[in-house]
Amino acid sequence: MPHIVTDNCQRCRFTECVDHCPVQCFHADDEQLYINPDVCVDCGACIPVCPVQAIYDVVDMPDDKEPWVAVNKERANVLPIIDAKQNPLPTAEARRAELGF
Amino acid sequence: MSARCPLHIVIVGSGPSGFYAAEALLRSGRDVRVDMIERLPNPYGLVRSGVAPDHPKLKQSISVYHGIAQDEYFSFFGNVAAGRDVSIAELQGRYHAVLLACGAHEDRPLTIPGIGLPGSHSATEFVGWYNGHPDFCDHAFDLSCETAVIIGQGNVAADVCRILAKPIDELRTSDIAEHALDALTASKIKEIFVIGRRGPAHAKFTAKELRELGSIAGATAHASAEECVLNEESRIELEDRANFNAAKNVVLFDTFAEQVEGHGRKIRFRFCLSPVALLGLDRVEGVSFLRNRLEGPSFSQIARATDQIETIPCGLVLRSIGYRSVPIDGVPFDDTRGLVPNRAGRVTDGGKPVGGLYVTGWLKRGPTGIIGTNRADSIETVGNMLADAMELETKPGADALRSLLAKRGIRWVSYAEWLKIDAAEIERGRKKGKPREKFTRVDEMLAVLPSHA
Repeated sequence: MPHIVTDNCQRCRFTECVDHCPVQCFHADDEQLYINPDVCVDCGACIPVCPVQAIYDVVDMPDDKEPWVAVNKERANVLPIIDAKQNPLPTAEARRAELGF
Repeated sequence: MSARCPLHIVIVGSGPSGFYAAEALLRSGRDVRVDMIERLPNPYGLVRSGVAPDHPKLKQSISVYHGIAQDEYFSFFGNVAAGRDVSIAELQGRYHAVLLACGAHEDRPLTIPGIGLPGSHSATEFVGWYNGHPDFCDHAFDLSCETAVIIGQGNVAADVCRILAKPIDELRTSDIAEHALDALTASKIKEIFVIGRRGPAHAKFTAKELRELGSIAGATAHASAEECVLNEESRIELEDRANFNAAKNVVLFDTFAEQVEGHGRKIRFRFCLSPVALLGLDRVEGVSFLRNRLEGPSFSQIARATDQIETIPCGLVLRSIGYRSVPIDGVPFDDTRGLVPNRAGRVTDGGKPVGGLYVTGWLKRGPTGIIGTNRADSIETVGNMLADAMELETKPGADALRSLLAKRGIRWVSYAEWLKIDAAEIERGRKKGKPREKFTRVDEMLAVLPSHA
């Protein structure tokens, strides 16, 4: 089962996950990151390093995150790979506080 | 910055941390040459010899390392041991920087009476054995008993438990070493205890690995309902959102506590037990534990021994309480922590940085984290290395290493030669429906190659 990035990444994009990914499975647009399910090896290294817990193993994602499975696959297929950490979005700290992390 | 002489860097060790350091160096935009020396003829460290054979997906990171190795400025020198074939000082003389990425290949000792009895082993040995690591291919594990005890509740313990518990047919098509497949086929083990020093909220398994132990075909996972009752301090710990993995583990243990006894193999999680002695005259016949009680505030609860003794009869004991790095000649070593002292990857001696010497991966931070953790770790070390001005001096790099190795008659293995060994392993495996049949001896690997490089 793949891993997915969900909506908590929006307005954050901390990108800590990217440096921890052993196989470069992250893709990005201006809003958030996505995981390519065909490349992800399900190691889970990204999960604990996300400051806003945006990443789930599909096996134990909350039910309301289910649509993100398809979104990650679709978006990863058309977006470039991001393979190095970038600066978070300017809104990241405010968003983190809003999410309660 | 002047680019008169390329920066020559040598990486010692070819596991994930070494390869991710090579990647970070090669993509840094600097004029850099990266040489990697490795004690074995094969690269990839614990991705090859640590990751369990039934987790092939995790081994896909090898394709990333293969890509890194294709870089024209990368060279691999397999079958060259730092400290045996070439000293760290000799490398320092030939390179601008030496980056140590040798990992942690010893187990943390458990010094209790009886630990040396036949039937008592470290998980390190067992993992190396089933994964065909040359250091462990001659080890023997007696699986003719019915009960095994695994001491420790981390992911290595989970791997070891799974390999013991899985139906053998699920391992036949993996890259498990043939000698291990034969021994496991004859295994009589029916019951596997997996023992933790503290409570269910403190088990180190990632929930994913623990869940897998609960869904092995023909096996059932059990936990003692009594031991799964959490104290108030543990409940507070689990409410912390950062502690979500432990919270998932506790939910899993609770389901294991309700599990009805099946007919197949049984995995039994036990908590708050510390081993005090292995029992038996000629071989292991049991483990004696002292029951612990948790003391102290949330997030720093410790296991305090009571006077209650419990004995679990068994014929096999595997201790999985962590790895430890091995000191390297000519390199400072922190014996207490079992790693090379450093500040964000710069090796230090008595608190002061040692110029030109760097460290990454388990040797840098201790044996924690998974494959990807080493990528971030190596990015940090390489960033600091490149921030140190080094190229003021001219260094010869690989040319000088090659002549030194040739002078000493050391038969080093290039990456292209490793690919020949790799192809031979895959061919051996193909006949058996396995992804590969590893060579388990250095001589066998070298026999694939012409006698001189």
